[in-house]
Amino acid sequence: MTLVNEPIERNQNRKKYCRFKKAGIKFIDYKDPNFLLKLINEQGKILPRRLTGTSLKYQRKVSQAIKRARHLGLLPYVADQLK
Amino acid sequence: MFTKQYEMVFILTPVLSDQQMKDTIEKFRKILTDNGAELVHEENWGLKKLAYPIQNKNTGFYHLIEFKSAPSLIQVVETEFRRDERVMRYLTVAMEKHHVTYAERKRSGLVGRKQTETAKEGDA
Repeated sequence: MTLVNEPIERNQNRKKYCRFKKAGIKFIDYKDPNFLLKLINEQGKILPRRLTGTSLKYQRKVSQAIKRARHLGLLPYVADQLK
Repeated sequence: MFTKQYEMVFILTPVLSDQQMKDTIEKFRKILTDNGAELVHEENWGLKKLAYPIQNKNTGFYHLIEFKSAPSLIQVVETEFRRDERVMRYLTVAMEKHHVTYAERKRSGLVGRKQTETAKEGDA
């Protein structure tokens, strides 16, 4: 029984960090889909903070950039196996 | 006169001939310059595939215009966009200071750094 939980337990405890604060990125460009692809899942949904570990301030910028990219047809609203 | 910096991206329908496409871009450029906007930068991404069909078309001509102007001019240009049926979609964004520094760096600095461009976008 415990073995089943073992793998999930292990990769949970690595410290998540905000990649924008670490890299010192101040602005997230909505015109660059390749970078935004890292922040959405296969169906094209925005990844939540608890998975990416980004801080609230940058998560809002990320979601705004992704929504603008979607409006411009650079990113799909819904997709299957996008990556 | 108080001016802000804006970035405007718009998509033209692919059915246009090359000449018509240039005319529409010229038309919007003229509207901006006539009303006292100062064009900072322009990019033409050309024909690109859309992620989802817009007006049942799968490709579009992307064009980007970066300019400084009074905030009142935006309403004028956007009504022009709505009226013009050759433009499929447009997006006007007011550029705050991080965006402005990013755009300048992208034009000059970032192009050189190939590996960081793939690793991560953005600047210090």
